[in-house]
Parts: sequence; structure tokens; C-alpha cells
Amino acid sequence: MPEAAKTIEIEVLRYRPQQDSAPVLQSYLVPFTDDMSVLQGLQHIKDYVDGTLSFRWSCRMAICGSCGMMIDGKPKLACQTFLRDYFPHKLRVLALAHCPIEGDLVVAVDDIVAKLESIKPYIVAKEPRTLQQGEYLQTPAQLEQFEQFSSCINCMLCYAACPQYGLDSKFIGPGVLALLHRYNADSRDGARAERMQIVNAEEGVWSCTAVGYCSEVCPKHVDPANAVNQNKVNSAKDYFLRFVAPKGAAK
Amino acid sequence: MKRSNAPIFWGLFGAGGMLSALFGPMLVFITGIAVPLGLLLPRDLMNYPRMLAFAQNWAGKAFVFAVIALFAWHAAHRIFHSLHDIGIHSGTLAKLLCYGGALAITLVAAWSLLAIGF
Amino acid sequence: MNRQAGSARRPYVRPMTGWWRRDPFFVRYMVREVTAVIVALYAIVLMVGAIRLSQGEAAWNGWLEALRSPLSIVVHLVLLAGMIYHTVSWFEIMPKTMPMMFVGGKRIAATTITRVGLAVAALAALALFALAWGLRP
Repeated sequence: MPEAAKTIEIEVLRYRPQQDSAPVLQSYLVPFTDDMSVLQGLQHIKDYVDGTLSFRWSCRMAICGSCGMMIDGKPKLACQTFLRDYFPHKLRVLALAHCPIEGDLVVAVDDIVAKLESIKPYIVAKEPRTLQQGEYLQTPAQLEQFEQFSSCINCMLCYAACPQYGLDSKFIGPGVLALLHRYNADSRDGARAERMQIVNAEEGVWSCTAVGYCSEVCPKHVDPANAVNQNKVNSAKDYFLRFVAPKGAAK
Repeated sequence: MKRSNAPIFWGLFGAGGMLSALFGPMLVFITGIAVPLGLLLPRDLMNYPRMLAFAQNWAGKAFVFAVIALFAWHAAHRIFHSLHDIGIHSGTLAKLLCYGGALAITLVAAWSLLAIGF
Repeated sequence: MNRQAGSARRPYVRPMTGWWRRDPFFVRYMVREVTAVIVALYAIVLMVGAIRLSQGEAAWNGWLEALRSPLSIVVHLVLLAGMIYHTVSWFEIMPKTMPMMFVGGKRIAATTITRVGLAVAALAALALFALAWGLRP
């Protein structure tokens, strides 16, 4: 079926650290078809219009978490956002909010990666088992407690959504706290006490003001706002009961 | 990482928030609109003898104190965090003003309610 | 952040000024937060009432007169609107603080928790009104 040639204007915030003192908007006209994603629009620019445009991408199917960016002011995965939904208006694309811009649409992720590493993102066996004993058994109910939070693809859209992280990057943040909760909620894990030390800190759950936008933008429906805010209750219990029940409480 | 003392203030925030969410609207309606205007409820529902009896009763006194104090601590916690949201970061001064304000309201309410007697 | 001397990295940090004006979601969040001022104002109104009550009948009657003034009625209408928005936004965000809950093996949705909360709020309002109604002279 022949399609009339359509063109959409994509305005990108450029930043070349070697030559720019500050980021600058640059417009491109991109011919497109209804099946094209914003990522494909950017790829067209890079391949045919301006090879200097930099952006991260990989799987093209919303599972690698590489192509997060601000599309018309909202944190989205470029591969999962479609040009047809913005046409005939102009589309503005910026690097993910609340992260320093390395160049163009590429942000510095050092801080968030360091935070991911800091929370013991692995199962610390509650009861060590030998291979001969076989695998840990979990009921569907036990799986349900943490499965949702294990869906995170580290796309960092939640960090772009979180104003508290933007205002103070000492905040551990929604994605990492959701991952922390994924392990605490796993019946096989025994490192809850250590992870609670992070939860209980000001930089832990207590920097969150329940804006809730993180859960709105999450492409995998992890609901980080729930992970963080239910741990406010856990942290408060830990705080008030630590003298009554020192055995379970973190220091 | 250092343990935060936020749970104390968050607990008060939560209690005050729940109390105001459940009873705030009707309390405002009764005390500030209905009774003063004689709308749906008579004007002398809040006359001196009745209000005195209410506040001298231990349950009535406790209810009024809980409402005033918890509403104040709820508001203080949220206002403190909102100041941070709009770019006012002077932590210690903001904390003193917000939580100090709630403490002042709590103490004045306690003093007045005790002065009313039993 | 730079692994070696003379690294070409020069990350640009964007300012946060006016962040909450950039999206309707954030505007709604700020409106929710501002209801705290409404709650504080009403606490102060009640506190002044308690003071006046402790000062005797004349002081209390003066306070009742003040509550009847047009200014006070208008202020209380604003407080009422703010309180209602607080109630609605409170139960909207409340499910986020709760762990997973199940009834008959099925997960209870956040919207269900919100609706139940709002229903309880409506019942509490009615109960309070009924109490005041029952205390009529």
C-alpha cells in the first residue's frame, strides 16, 4: 500500500563537550512512516543527515534499557515511542533528566551504577545449601512477593522522573531501592539486615516524598514508588522496635 | 550510612494525615460553615456551655488535642519537605521553623485545654 | 568520574529551577503538598478557638462572632476545598505505602485500596455529622 511521504521535525538538544559551553537545540527534518519509532528517527538522522549525533541504543525492543530519553518532556524509551503519535507537531528530544549530559543524548550513569553495586544486588543465602540438597523451593506466592520488582531493565526513566534525585543526587533513588526490595522480599535471601542500613538512612527511603512519577513512567511496571514507600513502614518499624527486638533490627 | 530520625516525624505526619483525611473536611464544614451560618445544624451547637462541657470531658479534650496537634505535625513535615522542593535548602532553620511551629501549636493547645479544666 | 588525567569528559548539569512547572503530574504533586498549609491553618483556627474557650464566655462569644463574619466563611470554604483535595490525594497515594495484599489468592489493586479509603472517609464524615446532629440542643 503506497504511503504519502511524511516529514516530522525532530528537535534534539545537542552538546559537544569539546566545542559547546552549553547544550543547544538543533532541528532535523525526518521522513517517516507510521511504523517508525523515535529511535528509528534518530538513526535516520545519524545515518543520513548528521553523523555526529550521539545516543545509546541496542535491542530496539524495550528490554535492554539503553535508549531512555526525554521525549516532549516525558521520560520514555525511544524504541517504544512512535513518531506518528507526535505528527504533525514538532518533537523535542533531550537527554534523560536529572543526569549530567556527557554529550547529546548520552548521560553520565556513574552515580546510578555505583548505587546499584552498593546494595548487595544478589541473593545472600539465608540457609546455605549444597548442590546435593538441590534447588531452593519457592511457592508461587513467595515468587509473587518479589517477581514484579525483578523486572527492572535499568533504563533509569525513574531517575529522570524523580525530582528528589534531581534536587539531591545523594538519594539512592527509585530503581536501586526497587532492586533492593526485590532481594529483601525474596524468601531465599538472608541479607535484609545489611540492606536495611541503606533503607534507614536519609539517602535511603527518607529522601522520597511519594511523588509517584517513577512508577508512572516505568516501562516494565516495576512500581518503584511502592518498593520505596512500603519500606518507609519497614524502616519505621525497624526504628521503633530496635530496642524491643534487637535480634532482627539493623544497627 | 547514618540512620535517619525521619521515622518519628513521618509517623506523626502519617497519623495527622490520616486523621485530617478522614475528619478534616467535615470538621471544617461543621465548625466553620454549618454552625456559624445555622446551616443544617443549629447556631448554638457550639455555644459556650456546650463547648465548655465538651472540652472539660476527657474524651472531648483528648479529641480536640489530637486534632490540633496531629494536624500541626502533619503540616510541619510536609511544609518542610515542600520548602526543599521549591529550592529553599537551609535545613536547620527550615526544620526549626516548621517543627518548632508544630511544637508551639501543640504546647499552646495543651495549655489552653488544661486551663479549661475537667 | 574521570579515569585519567586530560579526559575529554565535561558533563553538563542542567538546573532544577522550575522543575515542578514542567509537567502536569508535578503540578498536581505540588497542589497536594500545598494542602499542608490548609491543614496547618485549620489547626491554628482550632488552637485559637481553644484559647478563647479557656478565656471565658465573653472571649468565646467573640470568637463565635468572628466565625460568622463573611471573611471567615470564605476562608473556611477555601479550607474545605483544600481539605477535600487532601483527602482525595491522601488515599490516592496511600496504596504505595502498603505491601502486597491478597484476598482469596488475588492481588488487591491500588485503585481498590483508594476506593475503600475514600468510602471510609465518606462514612467518617457522615458519622461525625451524625454525632453533631445527635448533640443538638
